[in-house]
Amino acid sequence: MKKLSLFTLVLLSVVMSAQVKDVIKGHLHGNFNIDVQQYNSDSLIGAEKPPESVLMNAYGNFTYTYGNFSGGLRYEAYLNSLKGYDKSYNGQGISYKYLSYQNKKGLGVTVGNFYEQFGNGLILRSYQERMLGYDNAFEGVRASFTGIRGVTLKGLIAKQRLFWTTGAGIVRGIDGDFSINDVFNLKGSTQIVLGGSFVSKYQADKNPILKLPENVGSGAGRISISHGGFFLSSEYAYKSQDPSADNGYIYKPGEALLINATYSQKGLGVYLSAKRVDNMSFRSDRGQAINNLNINYIPDISKIHTYTLAAMYPYATQTNGEMGARAEVMYKLKRKSFLGGKYGTELFVSYATAYDIKRTPASDTSAIGVKGYDGYKSNFFEVGDELFYSDFSTGLHKKLSKKFKIHLEYLYQEINFDKLRGELDHSGNKMVYANIAIVDFTWKIKSKRTLRFEFQGLFTKQDKQDWAMGLIEYTMAPHWFVAVYDAYNYGNKHSDLRIHYTTLSVGYMKNSTRIQLSYGKSMEGVICVGGVCRVVPATNGLSLSITSSF
Amino acid sequence: MKKIILLLSAVILFSISYAQESNLPSVEIKTLDGKVFNTSDIKNDGKPIIIDFWATWCKPCVKELEAIADVYEDWQEETGVKIYAVSIDNSRSMARVAPFTNAKGWEYVVLLDPNSKFKEAMNVVNVPHVFLLDGTGKIIHQHTAYSEGDEDDLFELIKKVAAGEEVTH
Repeated sequence: MKKLSLFTLVLLSVVMSAQVKDVIKGHLHGNFNIDVQQYNSDSLIGAEKPPESVLMNAYGNFTYTYGNFSGGLRYEAYLNSLKGYDKSYNGQGISYKYLSYQNKKGLGVTVGNFYEQFGNGLILRSYQERMLGYDNAFEGVRASFTGIRGVTLKGLIAKQRLFWTTGAGIVRGIDGDFSINDVFNLKGSTQIVLGGSFVSKYQADKNPILKLPENVGSGAGRISISHGGFFLSSEYAYKSQDPSADNGYIYKPGEALLINATYSQKGLGVYLSAKRVDNMSFRSDRGQAINNLNINYIPDISKIHTYTLAAMYPYATQTNGEMGARAEVMYKLKRKSFLGGKYGTELFVSYATAYDIKRTPASDTSAIGVKGYDGYKSNFFEVGDELFYSDFSTGLHKKLSKKFKIHLEYLYQEINFDKLRGELDHSGNKMVYANIAIVDFTWKIKSKRTLRFEFQGLFTKQDKQDWAMGLIEYTMAPHWFVAVYDAYNYGNKHSDLRIHYTTLSVGYMKNSTRIQLSYGKSMEGVICVGGVCRVVPATNGLSLSITSSF
Repeated sequence: MKKIILLLSAVILFSISYAQESNLPSVEIKTLDGKVFNTSDIKNDGKPIIIDFWATWCKPCVKELEAIADVYEDWQEETGVKIYAVSIDNSRSMARVAPFTNAKGWEYVVLLDPNSKFKEAMNVVNVPHVFLLDGTGKIIHQHTAYSEGDEDDLFELIKKVAAGEEVTH
């Protein structure tokens, strides 16, 4: 607590010491985000009423800028934390605070908390995602320099946030980004950007049996080339021996490769992506699990789905090992053409898949994955036998007239439930196969009145069998909307579990403020944002959400 | 604890009463061809600027940018407005932004903010979030969420800003 008071005093004195007329030139901005939920117990859907009955997550951010100086803080209150969020957040206080200086010559220094990402994040990324209760913010010192044309240099030494404290390890990292065309003043239509980073962590070894490396280093190199409509980017990362709870305390080094290639021109987009990940979990505390104290971020290769039933079985990156690929083509049939109609028609087709890597014993005398040894050998180019996930989707998006728009989509997904969730599905299967169909229809009744309908179906013989979902949303721009949706598990093989999950929502929006009130039942499920997931329990009750920026 | 809150409130109240104008923070984000772009370089020769935070996976965001794309040419002719569409897609989907926007034929300046640095600096909570700036880079208006027809209200404000009129809420 003493630290906090001191920080506030420093912030205050900086503000106060500037003369009043100077302070006028400063700017204060911020935002609020408050989520309150009341819970009813509902044994049918497995929703439990917590003893508090009402729970809240709330956040307030303040940023003050004055010339080259800026400072800010975030107050968080979990009284107590909403269901599905880690209970270790329970409590309140200033969780994030910083002072920063950035001059016109390109030098920047931040002390306190900050977020950072090197390249794609393969060896370093700190960020927060409130939807997931994810926050691995750094607390320490960062410096950056952009004074040379085409060059960006960054360095940091910090610990990481773990709920209301910081983790055991210290993270040190440097990163450089070089735009070759700018550095060498090259003209021409080909742009090349190179980058490289080095990150190491320190954590004392207190293990009585194993001799654990106290310093673990990792390095990554990246390149991106663009020429006309073509773009190619790739990053390779390597990590030295890092025995941890994630990999079962094996001594094998880790590596990851990510390749993206795209081609686009007006009306056409092609996207290809491939990756290989082997033993790349990287935390500033080797004993931690779940979403705690990750230093790096391995991007997920699956397509992000937003329709409820399409997102029912999301994929999450397997940092211990996976090989994946993805391809997508997006095409727009021209306006006023025979097939495109008056407004044109957008078509898309996408496929993504991920497998395990191939593992063989590290030597003739050892089994795979034995604690304290190398663990296994893996051929870089060989795909493993176990399918983790596949996702095929295709559809069209079309404006039919001034009043009507339609979106049609079909998906087929294969999900290794056992591997991704660590358990069998509700019917005792390891694999789930699902066909999904979606119709989204928008009717603009008049200039500021819109009705939108969604019909979704998910058809599977596994898990909880078939689902249907409908949604009606009426919007009165610019301020109001009301929506009702019902997800119905009509195909459940247990007839008493053929449940309706109905929710009614009302929302009000003005400028940068949004208020939403909802009442009803929501399904248990998994929310994933960018490859990180959170299990959401079934709930029944009233919820209020307020966000505002200023 | 109480003291801290009191002190904080004092700072905040003190600052709010004086914070009249806004300028853009200087944050390093990326262009579609992978180069570093400093957000203090967001400019439009003294004409209105829109900064629209969006993501490929955000349906209302895409709807809003699609609706504006239909009338963007007219908007530009009439007011000279320039739109910066800042995608917060992270490294999972940021490579998809170029083919996505080109397939749709959008004419915006598209930028990538893969670790939400600019988004945080601008205090954006959720996308879509639109800022309207005058020619000097001062924030005149901001709006979160999208309902069909919001673009018409936005255009009315852009016209006022272009004409140098006062905008009241």
